[in-house]
Amino acid sequence: MGQIHLEKVRKTFGDVVIIPELDLKIEDGEFVVFVGPSGCGKSTLLRLIAGLEDVTSGEIMIDGAQATALPPAKRGLAMVFQSYALYPHMSVRKNIAFPLKMAGMDKAEIDRRVDYAAKTLNLDAYIDRRPAQLSGGQRQRVAIGRAIVREPAAFLFDEPLSNLDAALRVGMRLEISELHQRLKTTMIYVTHDQVEAMTMADKIVVLRAGKIEQVGTPLELYTNPQNTFVAGFIGSPRMNLLSGAEAEKYGAATIGIRPEHLRLSTTEGDWTGTVKVSEHLGSDTFLHVETPVHDEPITVRADGEFPIHAGDTVYLSPQQDKLHRFNAEGLSIR
Amino acid sequence: MATLHTKTAARAMMAPAVIVLLIWMAVPLAMTLYFSTLNYTLYNPISQPFVGFDNYSYFLADPTFLAALVNTLVLVVGVLAITVIGGILVALLLDQDFYGVNIVRLLVIAPFFVMPTVAALVWKNMMMNPVYGVIGQFLTAIGLTPIDWMTEVPLLSIIIIVAWQWLPFATLILLTSLQSLSADQKEAAEMDGAGALSIFWYITLPHMSRAITVVILIQTIFLLSIFAEILVTTQGGPGSQSTNITYLVAQQATSYGDIGAASAGGIVAVVLANIVAIFLVRLIGKNLDA
Ligand SMILES: Nc1ncnc2c1ncn2[C@@H]1O[C@H](COP(=O)(O)OP(=O)(O)OP(=O)(O)O)[C@@H](O)[C@H]1O
Ligand SMILES: [Mg+2]
Repeated sequence: MGQIHLEKVRKTFGDVVIIPELDLKIEDGEFVVFVGPSGCGKSTLLRLIAGLEDVTSGEIMIDGAQATALPPAKRGLAMVFQSYALYPHMSVRKNIAFPLKMAGMDKAEIDRRVDYAAKTLNLDAYIDRRPAQLSGGQRQRVAIGRAIVREPAAFLFDEPLSNLDAALRVGMRLEISELHQRLKTTMIYVTHDQVEAMTMADKIVVLRAGKIEQVGTPLELYTNPQNTFVAGFIGSPRMNLLSGAEAEKYGAATIGIRPEHLRLSTTEGDWTGTVKVSEHLGSDTFLHVETPVHDEPITVRADGEFPIHAGDTVYLSPQQDKLHRFNAEGLSIR
Repeated sequence: MATLHTKTAARAMMAPAVIVLLIWMAVPLAMTLYFSTLNYTLYNPISQPFVGFDNYSYFLADPTFLAALVNTLVLVVGVLAITVIGGILVALLLDQDFYGVNIVRLLVIAPFFVMPTVAALVWKNMMMNPVYGVIGQFLTAIGLTPIDWMTEVPLLSIIIIVAWQWLPFATLILLTSLQSLSADQKEAAEMDGAGALSIFWYITLPHMSRAITVVILIQTIFLLSIFAEILVTTQGGPGSQSTNITYLVAQQATSYGDIGAASAGGIVAVVLANIVAIFLVRLIGKNLDA
């Protein structure tokens, strides 16, 4: 259980429209990721779903029931905050037990659930510590523990990993994915890290200025971006977007080609260019190539051992079947 | 750099302050200790025979002492209770966003800037006077018999006056603490199903515990030595109903001219204050640890 439907949801703060009318269906058990640039309204949308913010107009349905006017606690959702929002004066055990205590559950059942959550999240050893005595990753796990003991209809995560260092982030990302596999509960996850979005999501919702630009599986967004915004936002490094004479050859206002879909050669190709910078990552090398066809350097992916250096002349040829074409409004041409 | 030379220089620079402080603290204490062992009265200041602990046994055996001790504790606890509970409520109110909140904040803080004697006199004559006072007039207006506060409930009157003066201090400290509570925590608790009362009890109050401790410790120091408010209102009376230790000590010196007994009383007050301090630190001091 954990189906969430937003119908014509709108949110304004005073005169400022943060979310113009928006419809979204989240099915039971889905892992949905909201991505978008900073300030586009991801957190606001999540807080609307949580009930921490009131909608200006529109409806929120949870499991088919009207939830628009329900207070947060009645919606059966659990949230993990970016700041963890643990209760500093309570031990880990009490933190995790708090929602159960508030629900008036009996002591034995609380203990059973807390112990189970602590075991699943490897928190046994710290169960009597205070949050201040834990590392960032451990705190994050306590916050997740506090959310799972309630057995909510859906989990809401607001950039839960952004306070962790890179290595820990990868670990926690896996843990959250595994948790989803195991619990099969709906999860809504806000991030602006697109690696997190691509690796974790069943469905990605790309937002810009409160509007949904595209909804789809990670692969759909990667292979068929509906517009230049999604094309530029999904994928790392960014897709090269070229406009002007070169695009007109393809009958489009803008063409897009991903760095990994450019063939690189030192002898022949469609576009000639000079290597400005080469970034060696070990497995791959990313080259920034200055060409006459585009005023910004074009990014190209090459093999890790590709013997090339700044200043060398190279030839680039886009793979025709991987080329994206966009019209003057920035919409994809099929 | 802490070379020998700079250390000597630093000591020389600090010396005046340290010496003044020492004189300021030690000399009165030593003199009080010394006077407390003499039979020293203002009626016969020429002869000051040494009497050992006689002044102490005289002061402690005085039935007024026990009454004053109880009054002192009632006064401190009463004012603490009103200011802490009232301070929390007012701070919760001022933390809300409503029209004119800045002016209300200013008004709430204002009593702190009124001198104790002035505040006490205003309360005595303009609020609590049974005939002219605001409270008396109000009670008369609704057909009740006005209370003569200063004679019927003298200690309560003083508690009210002092609490009125200290409420702003408590409110201010508690308000800053309240404002430092992160919104995330309240929202998390809200999502966890806690109602307004549960949030207050489980989240807000524990968050404020350190500020409450500070309020209690600081206020206790000042409340143990209340004097001006008693002097200008009840003068410790009727009888000794509103006499606290400080007032009793002053009475020994000014009314009875017994410097020896007053000094002994002063030392007793110092010891009592230390007992209270140790007790308080034991009881709530752990809240101050990070
Ligand atoms: N309480 C508020 N009052 C007024 N404006 C607000 C309020 N909360 C958010 N906003 C505005 O709404 C917009 C969206 O904010 P939101 O926090 O949802 O962005 P976000 O997508 O989560 O960004 P980030 O990735 O930086 O967290 C921002 O422009 C912000 O200034
Ligand atoms: Mg945000």
